[in-house]
Amino acid sequence: MDACVKQREYTAKDYKSEVKPIWCPGCGDYSVLAAITRALASMQLAPENVAVVSGIGCSSRIPAYTSVYGFHGVHGRALPVATGLKIARPDLTVLVTGGDGDGFSIGGNHFLHACRRNVDLTYIVMDNQVYGMTKGQASPTTEPDWEGSKLTPDGAGIESFHPLVVALAAGANFVARCSSSDPNNVADIITQAIRHPGFSLVQVLSPCVTFRPEQQEWKHMVRTAVVDVTDDAARAARRLMTDDGFNVGKVLYKGNRPAWQPEPKGAVAVAELEADFAL
Amino acid sequence: MSGQTVSLVMAGSGGAGVVTAGSLLLEAAARAGWYAYMTRSSGPQIRGGEAAVMLRLGTEPIASHDDCFHLLVGVDWQNVGRFAAEIPLGPQSLIIGDPGEGETPEVFTRSGAQQIALPMKALAKKIPDGRPNMVAFGAIAALIGLTEDVVVGVLRDTLKRKGEEAIAASLAAFRAGVEAAADFPAVPRLPAGKADTSERWSITGNEATGMGALRGGVRFVAAYPITPATEVLEWLAPALPKVGGVLVQAEDELASINQIIGGSYGGVPSLTATSGPGLALMTESLGLAVAAEVPIVVIDVMRVGPSTGIATKSEQADLNIAVYGLHGDAPHLVLAPTSVADCLFTTQWAVHLAESLQTAAIVLTDQAMGQARAVMPRAAAVSFIGQRERPAALAEGVQYKRYANTASGVSPMAIPGMAGFMYTADGLEHNETGTPSSQASDHQAQLDKRLRKLTGYNYGDHWADITGDEDADTAILTWGSSAGPAREALARLRAAGHRVKLVAVRLISPVQPEKFAAALEGVERVLVVEQSHSGQFHRYLRAQYDLPRQVRALHHPGPLPVRPGAIVEHITQWS
Repeated sequence: MDACVKQREYTAKDYKSEVKPIWCPGCGDYSVLAAITRALASMQLAPENVAVVSGIGCSSRIPAYTSVYGFHGVHGRALPVATGLKIARPDLTVLVTGGDGDGFSIGGNHFLHACRRNVDLTYIVMDNQVYGMTKGQASPTTEPDWEGSKLTPDGAGIESFHPLVVALAAGANFVARCSSSDPNNVADIITQAIRHPGFSLVQVLSPCVTFRPEQQEWKHMVRTAVVDVTDDAARAARRLMTDDGFNVGKVLYKGNRPAWQPEPKGAVAVAELEADFAL
Repeated sequence: MSGQTVSLVMAGSGGAGVVTAGSLLLEAAARAGWYAYMTRSSGPQIRGGEAAVMLRLGTEPIASHDDCFHLLVGVDWQNVGRFAAEIPLGPQSLIIGDPGEGETPEVFTRSGAQQIALPMKALAKKIPDGRPNMVAFGAIAALIGLTEDVVVGVLRDTLKRKGEEAIAASLAAFRAGVEAAADFPAVPRLPAGKADTSERWSITGNEATGMGALRGGVRFVAAYPITPATEVLEWLAPALPKVGGVLVQAEDELASINQIIGGSYGGVPSLTATSGPGLALMTESLGLAVAAEVPIVVIDVMRVGPSTGIATKSEQADLNIAVYGLHGDAPHLVLAPTSVADCLFTTQWAVHLAESLQTAAIVLTDQAMGQARAVMPRAAAVSFIGQRERPAALAEGVQYKRYANTASGVSPMAIPGMAGFMYTADGLEHNETGTPSSQASDHQAQLDKRLRKLTGYNYGDHWADITGDEDADTAILTWGSSAGPAREALARLRAAGHRVKLVAVRLISPVQPEKFAAALEGVERVLVVEQSHSGQFHRYLRAQYDLPRQVRALHHPGPLPVRPGAIVEHITQWS
């Protein structure tokens, strides 16, 4: 009988929880949350087969705001949790969400190795170039001359990190940049990222209107990138090295590496391994 | 220690082949029906370098090294003196040295041990492809009563791939050693062993730990190499895929512990192994596993600390970090095997407890136990009842409460893929459904529940190994690898008419005050034995348990092991 009943269609609302976000009004992360739920709905993924994993920070609060399985761990360790989950449970669709501090500072080493390892994960980084949860300190992507933080009143003084170029160098299989001001585009790119095998990095420019109010201008500064996707990492990196960071809305790189997924080789009884120790 | 034993050391510089000869000797002794216990010490060089293999062979299972060695064979003496403190000798000992390799170092001769010359190099030279270590092997075999037929079998099996000539050369050198030793002074000679050895294993503590993990159901392991824990991971790497699991090499210990948290959240029992420095890095995420109630097991094969310490040598000084290292009130499990064989049982039990109680379990083994090889009775398969509890079907419209405040404190845990049970696991304090909460009442309720599930659980008799006289007035309290020498001391003391019991604590945390009190019923004095500079175990017992009025502590730092004789001396001189 059930076979004759048409499966209910999931809408974006089906992926959203009742928990009210702690974000400030105007925060770009609202749009990214909406984009994630739209992407999941567009793919009609059963909520129980999706997991969203995060570390610590404003954007890392996303798992509780979804109705799929969620994991909200410690600062900087979202990628290892997601890696373990996906390897242990390859049947799941695993998304990782977080910010620039969580991903590129405290979690920097994991970021490099997640790109290298190329496990089939979709990593959505909401980049606002600031630590928001701790009330406004310079992050790895902050401009060196930003003087808005009490911690670095003369500016951070060091060059900002270039996550997309680093991701390409480290071996990520999918690289895209988009802007929270265009949630439909973000949803489209996340959908492509989920569909693409291996490790996908989606950088979303997502303004912090509280500690970086000047970022409210971002919606006027971003422009749709005029380049087409390439499978040549060197070419993609060169383009990124010379742009100003506001070319958005496009997938910049799609690699051809297969996802890495170690497989069990059998199912012998544990007792059979005792032969290792027999005299 | 019942039965007869003989203790010997083979030492030499890099290339002398003492580790090879020691392994062959252990294998031959095992086939001869003897039990064995072997540890190694080596210089700081990455490859080669001086080494010493220490073996104790006997007619009954062996718990630890003896107070001193009966026999020291120096294939050469280059840098071997640096092991002197680990090779106690006495006037009854025999030192065999090669006269062509210079004088026996004074650190050994001042023991008063008898010395005898064996020109190992010269004898080996007479044989095409002959090697001095095989001459040494022959002399040892002759002295301790190992027969040639057994050795021939071992050489044939071990050197099979090297061909007949290699086997013949080794055998000829072995025979030269046997002949030369014909008129050597005696060392204890072991009687013939049991012929049927089918129920015996040759296994290291680290391998036993790996096997315990698999028997416990672990099917996901994340690994970051560190001495002396690497062998746990390297044994598991090929073993896991065979039983349907996987092992991943992580980029650091922060990653390895978080990967296993991810794997376990996905429903697969998960484990990692490390040593002190790695455990220090993992402590934040151990707290995550406690708060989010994700079962994980972390093996800490302890080495000398703090910091890099002495990476290749043993110490029992990670007890404090294991028990107290987590911030906040974070009740978790800390367990410690009491022997090489027990690494298997305790690891399996730790997996079972972590899964049943949905928390983090730390298993403290150490270098001495982990890298020791024992020929021991085959470890019987144990099966525990109970596992990770899954939620039952929910009534229509009822929300799943991942962190439900149940009577036992254990809340049924859904895993991804189960429709209708979606929740977010969280290191943030949360309410019963898992929604983050900063309310005092939620914090109190969740703290109570996370503690209650551990303190209310019945750990049965496994919390400690209790042996000796029921009506003892004296008890030895110890843990981990110090339990080996304590067992031997107990046997010696009882043989001498003392009424003594031994309590080797396996479940360090949570504490078991009622069982502990029952175990010490009637005991008037307690000797606490451990291998740490500050007496961490003694202080822990003082803080957590009621002890009798008379308490003494025998403790010293690594790498020197506690010797049974030191324990016997403490008790006999205490009156």
